[in-house]
Amino acid sequence: MSLVPGDPALVPTPAPTRVPASGRAPETGTAPPGGDRADVVPGRWRRAAGPVGRGLVWTVVAAVPLAFLAVFFLWPVGSMLARGVTNAAGQLDLGAFAEVLAESRTWRLVGQTLGLAVAGTLGSLLLGLPGAYVLYRCRFPGRNLLRGLSTVPFVLPTVVVGTAFRALLAENGPLGFLGLDQTLTAVVLAMVFFNFSVVVRQVGALWSTLDPRTGEAARMLGASPWRTFVTVTVPALGPAIASAGSLVFLFCSTAFGIVQTLGRPGVGTLETEIYIQTTAFLDLRTAAVFSTLQFVVVILAVTLANRFRAGTETALRLREPTSHPLRRADAVPFAVTMLTVVLLIAAPIVALVARSFQSSQGWGLRNYELLGSSAGSGFAGGTTVLQALEHSVKIALDATVITLVVGVPLALLLTRPVRSRWAVRAQRLFDAAIMLPLGVSAVTVGFGFVVSLVASAPQLAYSGALVPLAQAVVALPLVVRSLVPVLRAVDPRLREAAAVLGASPGRVLRTVDGPFLARGLGLAAGFAFAVSLGEFGATTFLASPDYQTLPVLIVRLLGRPGEDNYGMAMAGSVILAVLTATVMLVCERLRPRGAAGTGAGF
Amino acid sequence: MHHLSAAPTSRRRARGALAILGIAALALTGCSVADQSGAGDGTAPATTDGASGASGAGTGGTVTVMTHDSFNITEEQIAAFEQESGYELTTTAPGDAGTLVNQLILSKDNPTVDAVYGIDNLSAQRVIDEGVVAEYASGALPESAQDLVVEDRLTPIDQGQVCVNVDEQWFEENDLAAPTTLEDLARPEYARLFVTTNPVTSSPGLAFLAATVTEKGEDGWQDYWQRLLEGGTKVAAGWSDAYYSDFSAGEGQGAYPLVLSYSSSPAFAPTTGVVEDTCTTQVEYAGVVEGAKNPEGAQAFIDFLLAEDFQASLPENMFMYPVDESLELPAEWAQNATLVEDPIEADLRQIAEKREAWLEDWNALYEAAS
Repeated sequence: MSLVPGDPALVPTPAPTRVPASGRAPETGTAPPGGDRADVVPGRWRRAAGPVGRGLVWTVVAAVPLAFLAVFFLWPVGSMLARGVTNAAGQLDLGAFAEVLAESRTWRLVGQTLGLAVAGTLGSLLLGLPGAYVLYRCRFPGRNLLRGLSTVPFVLPTVVVGTAFRALLAENGPLGFLGLDQTLTAVVLAMVFFNFSVVVRQVGALWSTLDPRTGEAARMLGASPWRTFVTVTVPALGPAIASAGSLVFLFCSTAFGIVQTLGRPGVGTLETEIYIQTTAFLDLRTAAVFSTLQFVVVILAVTLANRFRAGTETALRLREPTSHPLRRADAVPFAVTMLTVVLLIAAPIVALVARSFQSSQGWGLRNYELLGSSAGSGFAGGTTVLQALEHSVKIALDATVITLVVGVPLALLLTRPVRSRWAVRAQRLFDAAIMLPLGVSAVTVGFGFVVSLVASAPQLAYSGALVPLAQAVVALPLVVRSLVPVLRAVDPRLREAAAVLGASPGRVLRTVDGPFLARGLGLAAGFAFAVSLGEFGATTFLASPDYQTLPVLIVRLLGRPGEDNYGMAMAGSVILAVLTATVMLVCERLRPRGAAGTGAGF
Repeated sequence: MHHLSAAPTSRRRARGALAILGIAALALTGCSVADQSGAGDGTAPATTDGASGASGAGTGGTVTVMTHDSFNITEEQIAAFEQESGYELTTTAPGDAGTLVNQLILSKDNPTVDAVYGIDNLSAQRVIDEGVVAEYASGALPESAQDLVVEDRLTPIDQGQVCVNVDEQWFEENDLAAPTTLEDLARPEYARLFVTTNPVTSSPGLAFLAATVTEKGEDGWQDYWQRLLEGGTKVAAGWSDAYYSDFSAGEGQGAYPLVLSYSSSPAFAPTTGVVEDTCTTQVEYAGVVEGAKNPEGAQAFIDFLLAEDFQASLPENMFMYPVDESLELPAEWAQNATLVEDPIEADLRQIAEKREAWLEDWNALYEAAS
């Protein structure tokens, strides 16, 4: 998508955050914070909105997500941490830091956390990259089904995944001979199970829109397929790989349920330790130290990823998504992807589905028939699984809208070309900060809500109205992370050219960024919906007992005796899984296409 | 570039798709909130918002109750309570019994609920020591529950027992006698057949740990656990992991025929039973929260929990036994899951004082063993 007919475009253009070489910088010092600057014809910009006006607009745009994060994330988490670092008299007391940091156990936990998270991230990337290529760049029957299937793990409650994995890996299970039950390998496999689709989707979305001619040219010039991949494709995909990698790392480093359920006995992580210190000991001082360590890990990871991303971020020649039929050269990635999907993703899901059709009366639909009734296995004042499903969908829709309302302006803000050092820094800081909700323990956030929002507005909190807002906080990083790479790929010269041709900033936004944004929006909305639908931690703390969501209800069903309750939990999980896969597929389809369609290759 | 020429159409479509998304979203948004404040499927006369709650104080107002997440009350019962007492009932269930206690303690300077239900005997003393529950002696307390009251502050509502459960069929098929005592469990032939739950993360696990301390003494329990763990006893994270994934008579048909569960579990699994000698008492209490805005409403709710209707529904709704022992149990319970006579009774004061030390010691043992 190049405006300049003569643009060779084989050479990636400079990073959009950098000032174009032709740019004049006469007013750097006076540039409004976050303000757009068109170096070519500043006059036109000014005529359109005026720098003050534009600054104001972007300030307002920034204020909404900032306020949102402040109220629904910083305040709760800050309240908990504040309790951890003050003594009874309200004075600062960091004594716990010295104690906890001096223990060798602390560092063992840090090591285990990092080791597991790195293994989980590398595993997800290693299997996810071929997956992204095969599922987004190649074309074959059943591809969309596989794409949908790979998202399913994302929303399954961990306790259900734990059950499904254990059913396969346990001594008596079909894969028991592997000896993986209760090993760290099982934990890493579960991490890959959960995060495979994050890599596949984020990288795949960008990959499918890369201009294939760049690679073709390299091949024509004599580069081997591997060399082409390493020197042309990987750098182009860099932002998406870094983005997906840092997300997966955060998910892995804060994994709780799977470490507890599948892991080697006694092996803990920072997350499990925060949980234990908070729930079992209510030792907020020690918990605050571990939370701080977790923060440090998160910030390091995000910084590292951002650095890598900044090094690779380039304006790209993006096109309508293209794909080609499978070729002989695709055999290896295809085989890897099939093995991953069949053995790792599908097997536990199949086990789950099979179990959902088994009941005391043998194979059949009994568990599904029970979903509409609460008789016999009554739950929570008669909330049935089907009602919980309805609640979940409605809450998740609310959460999706909230996430997009906050996330889209945020993504635009983060990808504005800015020039003043102040603005660049603010942008970077914001970019990293947005990831924090993923790197903070769910139990810290949960109890944080109790001491902040619930304490201040109990009636509002007990009404359940905060649930979609809390879910939106969790979904926001994913949404921003999936929009930013796409928007960063906008060639800054497009914006400049548009401005030169007289477009107002609003029009530039609409006509230049708009199509890119629209392209990423379906995926972002799908992610937001899926995350909200599967959210468990904050929801348990905030949901009104008579308005339970499905994941919460499933976990509670699993906590009760009786075959019917177990069967209903399995059937409910299957329904949740099918719903998510469908929504993700539909959201991707909603992505607007060019008039020519994409079926015909170019 | 043909994409440039296609752009206007593409944009129009993009805008169309966005518009559809937006309209769909707008049409659907707010529905979860609207649903909840309307007469959804929840509390009968709808949850009140803050304003009407305050203005309704003259006519009874709202009583807000925090419960653990296993609390189960039918709509009919809610309606009956509201009609009898004149209060509107709002409940909140932030998590399990442990979360409940933490939340009470965290918000004790600024209580947001009037009553609490679901504090168990393992946390009872701690809750009282923290000063989060007010005095209340309910006139509705049945005779059989008088001696379960804790310091006139916590009212017993239901009871049960945590017991090691046996897959009797497995022992029959393998021609092995099932264990009958706590001591048996630690023997090499049984220790490797036993799956328990982590006392740090699960409340039956903690109950069992307290029971072993009570039986084996402050000096002997560590040695007992050492033998269990070295003998191959498995520690699962929670009840559902242990029962559904590891227990041989559970849904997952696991590899362990002995599991830490409840005295009521055999009512749902006829081929299982309990090791009577391992059973330890569990009592769940309700209390009026200190500093409650509506203490009368809280008291009325506690009286309601003690009335026959709610007491009789306990086995069906919450898998617990009523404290009113004059009530009849459901048939499967009476047949296969009665309370064991003379269970292990841990000392509440000792638990309050030593719980954290026990858990830390246990955790050290466990991490060393693995």
